[in-house]
Amino acid sequence: MSVTITIPTPLRQFTSGRTEVTVEAQTAAEALDRLTTDHPDLRKHLYNDRNALRNFVNVYVNEEDIRHGNGPETSLKDGDTIMIVPAIAGGGTR
Amino acid sequence: MIRVFEQHLDEISRHGERDYPHECCGLLLGRFAGDGGKHLVETYPISNAREEAARHHRSLILPEELMRGERYAREKGLDVLGNYHSHPDHPAVPSQYDLEHAWPTWSYIIVSVRAGESADLRSWEMQPDRSRFDEEEIERGA
Repeated sequence: MSVTITIPTPLRQFTSGRTEVTVEAQTAAEALDRLTTDHPDLRKHLYNDRNALRNFVNVYVNEEDIRHGNGPETSLKDGDTIMIVPAIAGGGTR
Repeated sequence: MIRVFEQHLDEISRHGERDYPHECCGLLLGRFAGDGGKHLVETYPISNAREEAARHHRSLILPEELMRGERYAREKGLDVLGNYHSHPDHPAVPSQYDLEHAWPTWSYIIVSVRAGESADLRSWEMQPDRSRFDEEEIERGA
C-alpha cells in the first residue's frame, strides 16, 4: 500500500524540508518504520530507548488516532494519510 | 534567536500569574526567518489539560488543541514556533521532563512564577540529538 505521512514542522529538518513522505506499508508501525529507516535521524524523536513510540507522539490515520483503533498494528489502505501530531508536555522538577 | 515584543512577554507572564499555582501553557505563533531565527507574532494560550492533582508541576497540550492552534496559525499565514509554559515556584530552566518531551527546532519559553508573581523568563532550544537544552537569545522589540 502506498501511504503518505505528513511531517510536523519541527521534524522537517530531518526530511530535507519535505512536508510529506510517501512509503509502502501494510500497517501504521510498518509505515513509521520505513520512514525512520529512510530518515534515521527522525527515529530518536519518535521512539524511546525501548523502541516504543514516545508517549507524547500521537499517530493519526486519516484523522483517526491509532490508539482508538488497533494501535501500531492499524492496517492501511492505498492512499491513506498518516499524521504525526505531538502532544506538548512540560513541567518543573518535582 | 527569537524576536519578540514586550507585549508577548507580558502576555506570557500574566498567563503564568493567572494560572498560579498551576502551570500555564500556550503556543508561540510566528514566522521562521531566513537567518535561522524566529519572529514571534502572537501568543496562543491553551488550557492545561493535565488533571488537577498534577497541574501545579505539569502542563499538557492535547494533540487536538495543537491541531486547532496549527489551523488558526495557518489561517493567519503563521507557523507554530514552539510553546511556552510556567514553572510555579521553580526556576525558568527546563527540567528532565521537559527534555524528554521536547521537539527540535521549537522554542520553549519558560516563565518562573514565584508566590504568584512572574520572575525570570527565558527561552530554550533542544539540541537535535536530544542531549540537552541550550538557552536561546530573546531579542526584545519595542
